[in-house]
Amino acid sequence: MAKRSVLGLYSEEDSAADALDNLREAGFEEGEYEILTGVPYPEGTFGEAEPEHKLYRWPLIGAACGFTIALLITAGTELAYPLITGGKPILSIPAMAIIMYEGSMLGAIIFTIIGIIFESRLPRIFMGAYSEKITEGHIGVTVTTEETRTDIAETALNKAGTDGEIIRGWE
Amino acid sequence: MQEHTQLSHKQINEDLLKGVLTVPKWWLPAVSFLGLVVLTGLGAFFFMMYHGLGVTGLNRPVMWGVFIANFVFWIGISHAGIMISAILRLTQAEWRRPITRAAEVMTVFSLIAALHTPLMHVGRPWRVLYWIFPYDFSRGIWPNIRSPFVWDPSAVGTYLIASSLFVFVCLLPDIAILRDRAKKPIVKKIYAQMALGFRGTPRQWKLQILAGILLSALVLPVFVSVHSIVSWDFAVLIGVEGWHSTIFAPYFIIGAIHSGVSAVAMLMALSVWLYGLDKYIKPDHFDAIARLLIVVATTWFFFFFLEWVYALYTLAPPEIALRELQAFQWPYGPLFAIFIITSFVIPVPLWLFKRVRRSVVWMFWTTVLVNIGMWLERFLIVIPGLIRRTHMTFDWGTYHPSIVEILIVVETFAFVCLGMLLFAKVLPLVPLFDVKEGMVNRRLIKVGRRVIPATIREGLPHHYYEKKQ
Repeated sequence: MAKRSVLGLYSEEDSAADALDNLREAGFEEGEYEILTGVPYPEGTFGEAEPEHKLYRWPLIGAACGFTIALLITAGTELAYPLITGGKPILSIPAMAIIMYEGSMLGAIIFTIIGIIFESRLPRIFMGAYSEKITEGHIGVTVTTEETRTDIAETALNKAGTDGEIIRGWE
Repeated sequence: MQEHTQLSHKQINEDLLKGVLTVPKWWLPAVSFLGLVVLTGLGAFFFMMYHGLGVTGLNRPVMWGVFIANFVFWIGISHAGIMISAILRLTQAEWRRPITRAAEVMTVFSLIAALHTPLMHVGRPWRVLYWIFPYDFSRGIWPNIRSPFVWDPSAVGTYLIASSLFVFVCLLPDIAILRDRAKKPIVKKIYAQMALGFRGTPRQWKLQILAGILLSALVLPVFVSVHSIVSWDFAVLIGVEGWHSTIFAPYFIIGAIHSGVSAVAMLMALSVWLYGLDKYIKPDHFDAIARLLIVVATTWFFFFFLEWVYALYTLAPPEIALRELQAFQWPYGPLFAIFIITSFVIPVPLWLFKRVRRSVVWMFWTTVLVNIGMWLERFLIVIPGLIRRTHMTFDWGTYHPSIVEILIVVETFAFVCLGMLLFAKVLPLVPLFDVKEGMVNRRLIKVGRRVIPATIREGLPHHYYEKKQ
């Protein structure tokens, strides 16, 4: 069943927090509603749940991949075309370490970027109910639910004193 | 930070997007002029490519000329961008907010400019592919991974990719603002694609903040490695005794920070003058960066002093001969004097005065002097090091950069300026969301009989406070 989203805009932080309380009272669960802001507020400003993420795993996986690839490239090159220098091993560890270090860092950074985008749930193709006023300082509370429950959501949002009319959109 | 101006989000959008959504009068002439300089430089490069490196002043034994000095200079400039942004983010320094983006963008363009000159220096740039990616199995061409010329592309390439991705991720919220503000449908659509559907949910903001911290922590070690490896291009060479210095890596890094932080201060002054950002970049910001510069410049001077002490203390003839050439012989002696005076003797004592530190004009011109000096420093490392007659030199000559080399070097400066202007026309040079966050987290509080601005420290999740209660 297609879901619909509704958005209420608020100019005060307290009103947005009240709207979230009203939605909880009306039976909406975490994940059905979200706060949209044009600026990062301190966590929990609106009484919302703390977002869970696994970002810290990404750089570690990336570094391991980068390290392995760099090790294979450097060792493979030296073994495939040995440069024999009197009394010294074919695999030059200090030289390999430099490229493996760069490889690990590059892997860690690329995976971190991918992790940030993935964990942020981006790219998002459909914007749902959204207002350009959010990037002008308004605080949006959006509810994504079945079409039959949008009236209940709108009532809960209006009860907190929305700034203007409720905006509706499709998910 | 004692200066406090509370601005609405709408006002911040209007002020900081003015340069993007409107065309300032000076913009087109400036871009046209810089474009012309870049085209002239590229023309000189194609001329050099057609006629060969004989059109440059390079000769035996000076096979590295201004191209390589310029490469080291731009690598240095590129360092402070990310360095200043990363360190200030990690330490949650409030004054970072309006300057991080410009510093990061400068890093990207300076790195591209840095890559220009060694690519051109090899004469046939496409051959660099065989040098960096020489896995040409049919012809049996293999890279020598023991060479610093293979380490260099791996380090600079990593740094360029890392800093470009860093800039992009930190831009997402501001691209979303532009998506909401753009009037033309096509422009709106392009920004919408670039914003990836960013809406500003708590999850997205949390990851945005973490991105800044995590990427800063990852980019800082890369930044240290890049200039160390650039210094090893010199230090591990067998042929030039004057460059065999164990102190080269930290000396190069601190020199890079000195010239780079100065370049950031120059950029701040230019942003105030060109884009009227005086409400955002205030005397407090110049004061803070000047204090940082005093520390950096003094540390750099200490390393410079150590390099000379270690060289002269050994009484090794090649070291003595190189220092004599650098400091006392024509034409390097006068250049050496200009280098020391402009990079340390004039600016550092001036920065001790509060009036100078808080003046946009003074800060601009003193930091311009630093960068003149620091360019000469690289010139004085490269050319006298090579020009000196050694027992292995079978012929030698003097070195005068040709007009082709000069045009190509000038092109790199125009390229960075042009890149910054074009960037600022498409995307904001000051991070809007960061400035707005600073406003949200700031309140006026009363302490005794004074009312002062106080900042709420970001970063602690709310369960921290719950546990404390």
